[in-house]
Amino acid sequence: MNTNIIEASGLGKRYGSTWALRECTLAIPAGHVAALVGPNGAGKTTLLNLAVGLAEPSAGRVSVLGGQPAGSPAALDGIAFVAQDTPLYRNVSVADMLHLTRNLNRHFDQHYAQTRLSELGIPLKRKSGKLSGGQQAQLALTLALARRPRLLILDEPVAMLDPIARHDFMASVLTAVADDGVSVLLSSHVLAELERVADYLVLLSAGQVQIAGEVEDLLAGHRLLTGPTAQADRYTAGPVVYTRRGDAQTHLLVRVAADDPVPPGWEAHPVGMEELALAYLREPGAGALPGPSLSGVAR
Amino acid sequence: MIEFRLDPASGVPTYLQLVQQVEHALRLGYLKPGDQLPKVRDVVANLAINPNTVLKAYKDLETKGLAVGRPGQGTFIQAALSQVALPELAELRKSLLGWLTTADAAGLDEDGIVALVTRALRDFYERCPGQGGRGGAASGETEVVA
Repeated sequence: MNTNIIEASGLGKRYGSTWALRECTLAIPAGHVAALVGPNGAGKTTLLNLAVGLAEPSAGRVSVLGGQPAGSPAALDGIAFVAQDTPLYRNVSVADMLHLTRNLNRHFDQHYAQTRLSELGIPLKRKSGKLSGGQQAQLALTLALARRPRLLILDEPVAMLDPIARHDFMASVLTAVADDGVSVLLSSHVLAELERVADYLVLLSAGQVQIAGEVEDLLAGHRLLTGPTAQADRYTAGPVVYTRRGDAQTHLLVRVAADDPVPPGWEAHPVGMEELALAYLREPGAGALPGPSLSGVAR
Repeated sequence: MIEFRLDPASGVPTYLQLVQQVEHALRLGYLKPGDQLPKVRDVVANLAINPNTVLKAYKDLETKGLAVGRPGQGTFIQAALSQVALPELAELRKSLLGWLTTADAAGLDEDGIVALVTRALRDFYERCPGQGGRGGAASGETEVVA
């Protein structure tokens, strides 16, 4: 079986009396581009910081790269993290940012970094703060990828970028996935864009994991049923995630097995990732799907 | 070599859009047996999509017998789309026109006919899975009406 690139059990983080993350149990297999989705304050950044080792858990455990404790030297060597605000030293030139990063890390592929920057047309002499938003994001990504990580973690990577810079940034990330097989975990609000990018989805809501799994499995395990409102309450074939009720016609987003029959008089439609995520986010009580198994220890 | 594009509003899954564009290019003669499909990395870089999506599309084309993957080289078109023989096609078209006349006489407008055909197509392929295969229902629908 595949190793888990991130594994958390009972993970929690408390700031003062507030739990930013509670009872988080999660196992993301390697080789995916995983999207971490949830409303503001759901605990996305907290989870990422815990996985990187920038924060200490208040409860539970988190490990990365197939069992390395988060924050341990082995974990740090294999993970690259780009934080929300694309952290760069604004008054330092691009060349000096490369130099600095090379000296602060055990592994740094200088040739890769320089090749990438010249392909992107980012001048080495320019100060980081004078680059465009898109170039700054690409520089931060280059510094991260030049460490040749096995796991790349991105916190809201495209939130501040214009559409073209966004597209180019995600193309860079996905090209690295195609070339080197790096696993990616990224948090984002932009659901529509994730549909093309992510093949694994983790939905966080109020500090807890609501659903997690391969996008393909999640989509195959749900469908949208449209039918007469009069019969909507009689639907009992499986759990209903979300209901949109009109006078005559009702839409039910339901969890099903792929070969479940459609009830007579109802029409079934496949659901998209955005529709699925929105339905769950609107119903924070809708239950968690069983995720992939944790390696080794029982839950 | 063809270039892929994506229509985010179509509702068709990304991998299926790629499959349909290859099939479409085959029908129109833009692609011939022996032609190479774009490299996975290039499709990923151009469209900013997950590499697994491209792999899935190419695997689907291989399963259909339309393409073949050659290790280290890429994916190549292997066969043309099997077409219904011309005389049969003309006959089918004639009976379809007859049906359309009946539908028109019954008061169905164009949208109504499209809805009915779409629905019937879906029911047909759902009832007998495996009959579809070649074009997939989605790509066939519009052609019936056009």
